[in-house]
Amino acid sequence: MKSGFGVFFAVVIALGGSWVGLVVGPTLQLGTAKQTTVLVSGDLWPQQRTGEATLGMQVYRANGCAACHTEQMRQDGVSFDVVLTSPGKTPAVATAVSNVLATLKLNDLDKEEADAAAGKITDLGGKVETHLSATGTDIKRGWGVRHSVAADYLYDAPVQLGNLRAGPDLANVGGRLADANWHLNHLYAPGIVSGSRMPSFKFLFEVRKAGAKPSADALLNLPKEFAPADGYEVVPKPEAKELVAYLLSLRADVPLYEAPFTPVTTAKP
Amino acid sequence: MNPADTNQVCSAKIDASCRVPLLALFGGAALWLVLGLAFALIASLTFHNPEILAYCPCLTYGHTLAAANNLLVYGFAIPAALGVILWIFARLSQAELVLPIVPVAAANLWHLGVFVGVATIFGGGSSGYTWLEFPRAAAALLGVSFVLVAISAVATFGQRQERELYPSHWFLLAALLWFPWIYSTSNLFLGSNHPVRGVAQGVINWWYADNLVFVWLALVGLGTAFYFIPKISGQPLKSRFYALFAFWTLILFGTWIGIPAGAPVPAWLPTTSALASYMLIIPIIAVAVVLVKTLWGAKVASFGGIFCYMRFGTVMFLISALMLVVQACPKHGSVLEFTWFGQAQVQLQILGFVGLILCGAIHDILPQIMSTELPFKKFVQVQFWLSFAGLALYIIPLAVAGVMQGNAVYDPAAAKVPLMICTSGLMLLLAGAVLLLVNILVMTFKWKIALAKSAYAAVTAPLESSEVKS
Repeated sequence: MKSGFGVFFAVVIALGGSWVGLVVGPTLQLGTAKQTTVLVSGDLWPQQRTGEATLGMQVYRANGCAACHTEQMRQDGVSFDVVLTSPGKTPAVATAVSNVLATLKLNDLDKEEADAAAGKITDLGGKVETHLSATGTDIKRGWGVRHSVAADYLYDAPVQLGNLRAGPDLANVGGRLADANWHLNHLYAPGIVSGSRMPSFKFLFEVRKAGAKPSADALLNLPKEFAPADGYEVVPKPEAKELVAYLLSLRADVPLYEAPFTPVTTAKP
Repeated sequence: MNPADTNQVCSAKIDASCRVPLLALFGGAALWLVLGLAFALIASLTFHNPEILAYCPCLTYGHTLAAANNLLVYGFAIPAALGVILWIFARLSQAELVLPIVPVAAANLWHLGVFVGVATIFGGGSSGYTWLEFPRAAAALLGVSFVLVAISAVATFGQRQERELYPSHWFLLAALLWFPWIYSTSNLFLGSNHPVRGVAQGVINWWYADNLVFVWLALVGLGTAFYFIPKISGQPLKSRFYALFAFWTLILFGTWIGIPAGAPVPAWLPTTSALASYMLIIPIIAVAVVLVKTLWGAKVASFGGIFCYMRFGTVMFLISALMLVVQACPKHGSVLEFTWFGQAQVQLQILGFVGLILCGAIHDILPQIMSTELPFKKFVQVQFWLSFAGLALYIIPLAVAGVMQGNAVYDPAAAKVPLMICTSGLMLLLAGAVLLLVNILVMTFKWKIALAKSAYAAVTAPLESSEVKS
């Protein structure tokens, strides 16, 4: 390259290529996304957040929570479980089925193994269901039931995916920890939860003199070392309540076309 | 007068034309570097005791860390790089800086923008997008100032006597075109009243972060190193072809990385990104070949001098880019994703690679534009060794913490000890940055006092008799 024009040309080719690929492309593909439907139930997904939770998203942003928390679950693949729903109509069939069952591996199968096992049982006259579940370290750790998909973030602005898990992933925290009081207590005094390394967010709470009757939303059940002095109570400010509403609105727990699984509630023993 | 003398006179004039703009850019940059490292240090105290900053709503970890990172890139790296670009362009063109007043004004606007941005972050007004936390007002100031400096730089570039470009020209000129493009795109797509919908925001944010922290800093760092290394070692850059190859492969592949493997986006995006990360091995080898071939047989006695900054900084680029390749391998990536390892790579890129090269360049350029020695010459070596030890105590524990955290499946208590060690590394880096700031400040004050004295002398001097009317 002998002239400035050569450099200009190089920049247009290289940066222009990635601009088209990683800015324009995704904007066209994802920027016009609409709600999708949930598998089985057919509900629309995602639902718009409540006003309080939308405000809470801004509290989350303003305090830089995404510096330590991600909002994206990963998944390696899926596995299948074969579940017997009916052993058969006659005792003879039931015995035959239970004999076969003892020889078969029924959990943690791939699609072909699951079909083969299910085929063997149905051939004998038993009835089975095949259950699908997501696998991977994040799911094994108990953070959620499926990986995050683009649709989950439809109503987020800003989308705060995060890039470090100094604390746990929050993509499904509303499904995993659905108790608002747990979150309020944890925000006020993270030491309550064993293993939590989160800094306290005491400034989202007000410690004030308790009246004859404690305030309706005062924090209850604070352990002695975190509780305020006698005659005082800890009351969450509006920001704290909004933040908790936002955390509870973070759910990725319905099966979608891109992320199928069999909901646990429909499973029969 | 022989040609060498004319050249020297010419260089002195060129350097003098750069004096005020470069002082404005470097002085602010050094101040922001000190503040950025100080905030990073404060943030790292959280690793020792999570409660330590809990009582101050301003100083949450999320605020302090975002402020520190923004100060290091927008406060320090970019203005320092702009100053170095202006000087290298003037020197390579053998021409005085064109419109020197424009970069002076732009430097002040830039520093104002950084101040507004960081103050807003502490007030809770961060935009929530990584590397784009500054509010709109600050972003507008930064964008305008960058373009103003770039105009002066490109005009100086146009004055060059030797029409054929030197390899540093490609890298630095590309950097000048790069930043306005990525910064305007990301601010228009994310910062407007109607940002793009849903997770497309995440993709654009990743694209910007990669193009700023990896590609832009690499262009600036390598362009500067390719200017100083041949100059100090006295050997020509070997070779022009390898450098051109490194330039093209870096910008072709580097621009596509940054989408993490498990991201909640259509699968073609992370796949393309991973492929581009593997291809990074090509520019890594090309840069290594240039470095080794240029330095082969060179005898430079430099115990922590500017040559060490340049050489060690370039090696840090190779390591930082290799860390990106490792993160893209599925086997390691699934363990290292979302851990401190990624932070270690980013910090190495900013403080180890570009930080060292720019500090070295500032040490080299300052005495020339001020036509006087550095007030504390020993500080150059001391800062190098402080930074060397600081980087070892900051980056290595951070990377180790990432591996431990990944192997423990994100157990928050997994990497306590290495994270605590990071604080000591940051202290050493901060001490080194303070030395740079002291040198620049003392130099500036001495120059201002001399200016004031000469102005006073000019005012009080008796009129020459020839000018007195009889």
